[in-house]
Amino acid sequence: MEALIRLDGVEKVFDVRKRTGLLRRERRQVRAVDGISFEVPRGEMVGYIGPNGAGKSTTIKMLTGILTPSGGRVRVAGIDPARERTRLAHRIGVVFGQRTTLWWDLPLKDSYALMRRMYRIPQARYAANLERCVELLELEKLLDVPVRQLSLGQRMRGDIAAALLHDPEVLYLDEPTIGLDVVSKAKVRAFLRDMNAESGTTVLLTTHDLQDIEQLCERVMVIDHGRLVYDGPLSGLHSAGGSERTLVVDLERGLPPLDVPGARVVKVEGPRQWLAFPAESSAAPLVAAVAAKYPLLDLSVREPDIEDVIARMYAGGGG
Amino acid sequence: MAGGDAVRLYAAVAAGGFRRYATYGTATAAGVFTNTVFGFIVAYTYIALWDERPHLGGYDQAQALTFVWISQSLLAAGALIGGGFQEEMQERIRTGDIAVDLYRPADLQLWWLAADLGRAAFQLLARGVPPTIAGALWFDLALPADPLRWVLFLVSVWLGLVVGFALRYLVGLCAFWLLDGSGVNMMSLLVSMFCSGVLLPLNVFPGAFGEVVRMLPWSSMLQVPIDVLLGEGSGAGGAGAALAFQAAWAVLLLAAGRVLQAAATRKVVVQGG
Repeated sequence: MEALIRLDGVEKVFDVRKRTGLLRRERRQVRAVDGISFEVPRGEMVGYIGPNGAGKSTTIKMLTGILTPSGGRVRVAGIDPARERTRLAHRIGVVFGQRTTLWWDLPLKDSYALMRRMYRIPQARYAANLERCVELLELEKLLDVPVRQLSLGQRMRGDIAAALLHDPEVLYLDEPTIGLDVVSKAKVRAFLRDMNAESGTTVLLTTHDLQDIEQLCERVMVIDHGRLVYDGPLSGLHSAGGSERTLVVDLERGLPPLDVPGARVVKVEGPRQWLAFPAESSAAPLVAAVAAKYPLLDLSVREPDIEDVIARMYAGGGG
Repeated sequence: MAGGDAVRLYAAVAAGGFRRYATYGTATAAGVFTNTVFGFIVAYTYIALWDERPHLGGYDQAQALTFVWISQSLLAAGALIGGGFQEEMQERIRTGDIAVDLYRPADLQLWWLAADLGRAAFQLLARGVPPTIAGALWFDLALPADPLRWVLFLVSVWLGLVVGFALRYLVGLCAFWLLDGSGVNMMSLLVSMFCSGVLLPLNVFPGAFGEVVRMLPWSSMLQVPIDVLLGEGSGAGGAGAALAFQAAWAVLLLAAGRVLQAAATRKVVVQGG
């Protein structure tokens, strides 16, 4: 498959000058991105996650060309973003959740008219794209409303439409659901899923909300301290993060911690006990072992919380 | 970008700048009221001054009063006592929103110039015309009857707006290095108020000091357009020289803006702001 986004050993080093005395200044180098390589094939929707300051936004900025890498090679749709920022701009769309490209004091439709001029979108295509976005993102009642009067969720939908009018091949979404309520989040996610399925737009999604990733992306990349610490399917995160599932058993009476192979008791509360076991192994033999040795009344299995998995991964990544 | 497309884009940006300010009707009405009241206050101050010193700076009393009312009409359009785009631009630099502007396939300087000229066009009409009419009804002004002179005046006003933009663009860009632009803004505002002629017509200042102030770019923003309207500087030749003076500053300062913009962009692109 054709790689639409390709990074080879990309680095970004910032010089940070700190005043340490009246006249003395200390220069320090911060490696925001420290040798990252990955490829995203056309049509894929990839999650890009990491803690604050991990280098996510720096990566996105290098992918749009507003930041030049200190080392390595970046290619988006075959273009070197830093060298040909303007040419690339016609082929990518960007949504920064915490910023807006819309014209604050003017009706939403004015911003779209400006996008048409800026990206030189032919009238017929513009009309068709706008109609589709307006319908799917439920914008028809908002077109005449000044952007400053829109709610955060409405504004975000407006921004997403603005990023898509020129049919970008790649869409970077930086925290597209930040601050949105449950209903707005669901709308945005449903739209992104449909858009990816219908137009095959490649999406790189940065988020703190792991539900975004769970609902949209089959592949996830985890970055921490400027390095890629995981790149693979979402399900694989569990084994990579050494995460555990929990078997909760209700016994006939309170017992000392159970002794079963392949699991350890993490909590005892009267007749109820919690047993942790590796997420990738099956619960069946464990249940059989418990039932054979102890008076078992009831049981349930709890899946690992993905947030815990990621948190453990960050902690293990050298933080 | 092909020429026609670029013209249409920046025309759309200018139209947006115009409509943006047009949405604030109450603010505009309040501004017109303020300009008119201040016009009367300054007009009576000038009358007292010109009664004491007739033909001060070469103006008779009618010309001095015309200077007052045209000044009031150009204050908002030229952002001579504040307003305009540079604080908004500095805020975008400070918050990092400027990143959104940078990845767009458009030129930063032309974008802001178009938006600011759109704003100025609105304020020239909405906040400029009413005070001038009020002043002309109450006082005896030296407004010319020759339509050509009005055309030359409008061209001169437009050039003055471009010069004013170019100066404020330089000030605005300082935020890339200073982060907090309020110090340079204050300085720029004081210089602009004094050197453009808002406080007193520049031809009142005597000697070498007056000569220097009249050669500085700020004079393009108020003194020069009003002199073109009053016909000071003798005839069409004088007006031509005045327009050339403004155009030269406009070109020079816009070019300086491009150089500074390139440095700022390089700083952001390499250092991440």
